[in-house]
Amino acid sequence: MTDDYIKHKYDPILPQKDEWPVVKLSKSRKEFVKKVAEAAKKRILDQIGGKMEVLKEELETTHYREKLRIKQNPWAVDPDDDYEFWNKVKSALVQLSADSTLNRTEKKKKYIEILDSITMRYAEEIASNFKHTHYKFTRSIVTTGFARLLNAARVKGFKRLFSNQYSLQDKIQIIGETEQLRDLASKGTIIMVPTHFSNLDSILIGWIISVLGLPPFIYGAGLNLFNIEIFAYFMNSLGAYKVDRRKKNLVYIETLKTYSSEAIQLGVHSLFFPGGTRSRSGKIESKLKLGLLSTAIEAQRANYQRGMNDIGGKVFIVPVTINYHFVLEAPSLIKEHLSITGQERYYQEADEFSTSLKISKFLVKFFTKGSDISVSVGKAMDVLGHYVDKEGNSLDKNGRIIDTRDYFISDGKINIDTQREEEYTNRLGERIVQEFHIINRVFSSHLVAFTAFQLIKRENKKMDLFNLLRLPEEDIVIPYDSFKSACQRVLDKIFELREKGKVHVAPHLRQDMDQIIAHGLDNVGMYHAKRPLVQDKDGNIITEDLNLLYFYHNRLDGYDLEKLF
Amino acid sequence: MTSKNSSKNKSIGVVGMGSFGTAIANILAAKNPVIAYARRAELVTEINEKHSVDGNLINENILATQDPELLCQSCDVIFFMVPSSAFMDVTRMFSPFLYPYHMIIHGTKGLCLNLPKGKKLEDLSDIRRENILTMSEVILKETVVVRVGCLAGPNLAKELSAGLPAATVVASKFNEVILQGQNLLRSDKFQVYGNSDIIGVELSGVLKNIIAIAAGALAGLGLGENAKGLLISRGMVELIYMGNALGGSLKSFIGLAGIGDLVTTCNSTLSRNYTVGYRLAKGETLEQIQATMEEVAEGINTVKLMKNFMESTKNRAPITENLYKVLFEDLTIEEAVQYLMKYPFNVDVDFL
Repeated sequence: MTDDYIKHKYDPILPQKDEWPVVKLSKSRKEFVKKVAEAAKKRILDQIGGKMEVLKEELETTHYREKLRIKQNPWAVDPDDDYEFWNKVKSALVQLSADSTLNRTEKKKKYIEILDSITMRYAEEIASNFKHTHYKFTRSIVTTGFARLLNAARVKGFKRLFSNQYSLQDKIQIIGETEQLRDLASKGTIIMVPTHFSNLDSILIGWIISVLGLPPFIYGAGLNLFNIEIFAYFMNSLGAYKVDRRKKNLVYIETLKTYSSEAIQLGVHSLFFPGGTRSRSGKIESKLKLGLLSTAIEAQRANYQRGMNDIGGKVFIVPVTINYHFVLEAPSLIKEHLSITGQERYYQEADEFSTSLKISKFLVKFFTKGSDISVSVGKAMDVLGHYVDKEGNSLDKNGRIIDTRDYFISDGKINIDTQREEEYTNRLGERIVQEFHIINRVFSSHLVAFTAFQLIKRENKKMDLFNLLRLPEEDIVIPYDSFKSACQRVLDKIFELREKGKVHVAPHLRQDMDQIIAHGLDNVGMYHAKRPLVQDKDGNIITEDLNLLYFYHNRLDGYDLEKLF
Repeated sequence: MTSKNSSKNKSIGVVGMGSFGTAIANILAAKNPVIAYARRAELVTEINEKHSVDGNLINENILATQDPELLCQSCDVIFFMVPSSAFMDVTRMFSPFLYPYHMIIHGTKGLCLNLPKGKKLEDLSDIRRENILTMSEVILKETVVVRVGCLAGPNLAKELSAGLPAATVVASKFNEVILQGQNLLRSDKFQVYGNSDIIGVELSGVLKNIIAIAAGALAGLGLGENAKGLLISRGMVELIYMGNALGGSLKSFIGLAGIGDLVTTCNSTLSRNYTVGYRLAKGETLEQIQATMEEVAEGINTVKLMKNFMESTKNRAPITENLYKVLFEDLTIEEAVQYLMKYPFNVDVDFL
């Protein structure tokens, strides 16, 4: 992968929309939901070993937690009959446990019926409402609408309203293995795994997929985002299915996993944010949420079991990093991160993405003022983390072709071994984190934030992080010259890593250091009311918000660069 | 007698026919046909024609070959039983013939250095965790095999060959590997335990060799059983600290592969590492000892590596440090003992 971005127009890879697996899925939505509910039920019964007592307890716990959620944490998107439904479940449970006329088998059957009604409800709730017409409409809004804004800001004079000089692609640069991704998407099933820093990612990634000419991907989006009308519309039309993080009961989680697994088996391209949620600290995810990732491995094994041994049944993992100078939610994210790591268990979820108006304002700002975003598409891997060639064959590190199917074989045949698949999921998670660090693209703003924070830390060696962050901002001044030389040292090290292929750098880092610093200071967290880094009137470096500086600094965590200080 | 496991028709591979490799091949051959890889052509002929290794009779179910490809094609489960100094080369030699369906279980109690290309141990100012590989990490790095396990425990090859009762640990992250190991090895005389902390179990086997050398030295000086008790318990503490620094869990060190193996090797003249210490105390130099030993004493290399690692990570390991000075510098054993007696260990047990 090169550092440079080449603007390119991509044709759709599958011209007829009816061929898209995601369209097939939405056409047969009803049957698919049923299939998921049925499979989830089987899976849960398998897990509890078919024991009635365990099932009863699991159902009671689920009911209890759901009632609690309705009472304590209701959301606008919740269905109107939520309370009613769980009341029904309750009375069914009560009735059943009191009923002495039924024998064990009959009782068990009744419990399974209750389970059935819950998985059915959950599956229906999770399922996406993808509609192709909406997809086309949204896509054209995003591309042309934003392009208008962009040109209005950048092209001078009367022509500006009609100019096509700039498109969204100039604003959001896509670099990396795009051709491989397009190629494999037409042959196998893709699981895209992007880093996650901002709620904007969900929309951005949808747009990227469409620019690359790929059919829509389905992805799990936090149900809280559906509270906001704009998001709800975008996400429904981009193929999002709903993940409700309030529901942590076994039945829900298994239904969700089944949904993902079954969709992958149908050949529907999927997208997971493997961090599970936005990175609170600003670090590249190092611990991944493995729940959904495990469904990729499960689906791959299921495909092999059904004899789909060619590329048509193969699942490819494609890591993607999204690189920003600026994350709108940074102030609240880092606050949450600090209060969690600082042992304050309770925190309020309230952030800048709370209303449609705020988002619209941000989008206008974003497209009219500077601050570019770049998206790096990594090399495709199989579910064990091996790179693959053009034909989708897995390669070992010496370039020998190996068969991923062999990893699921024991004593000559494919078998289901959940413990094995759990281990494979851990491995895959580690590989994705490695790839994230490799394809990550360093920006000037990351460089200045990292250097400044490390200098401040070095000045206050004896303090732990929390004391450090409580330093009064007005006391902190970094002389420009020492800042510049420290930046140079960090940058040299970054280029050294670049030579070894361990990271990527944005082209703007190839200017002279004064320019890089100026560019970095201009861009780092540029729309925040309090800027993480600015120059004072003497040219020295000061901060207006140490927490934010820490957040942007974290982006270069994991490269051992702190050893330079 | 064939076992009930479904790999009964498949041959089991054993790579390396040293004393431990031969003992394991014999145990395996009681249940399944075994294909053994040996480097020396004479040994292959001896095994195939006379069913013996260096004159000692072995099970007739064992077939020998010099061809890695043949072995990999015929076997799904392969036991790697080669010394750590050759482990990397042998693994690389087998790598082109190994596929993801293979399982590898190794029985090597040593460490490998993982250095940047073209660098030597002396060139590096610091030895970090990433510069040290356990044998399972070598396999994971060099091959496509993921289902990897290790064998460790008090398993003196001569006693195993004599059919005396013993037990071993098969450690792997994968339950199926542990089960496979148990199926293949378990017998009336040989008990097999499972452990999922493969790194901890490997490190137990590796690090206890340091203490074994020291124990041999104490015996050579005739310092008595009190001193040995002292050494073993302090050695255990040091072992746990070093093991934790390398990523093993405490539990494994107090298990069969840790304490179990430590007690055995610190008391046995059959142990190579113990013998090294014993002969040092009797006045021989390291060169003299190494020149006359048939097989490698893994502990020597381990002392060197661990001393560097503990220094680089700013940790103290008094027994290892002093043993290093005895082996590679000119400290006498008497001086080392004196130093250790003065060392301010205050707390008896501070790791639990």
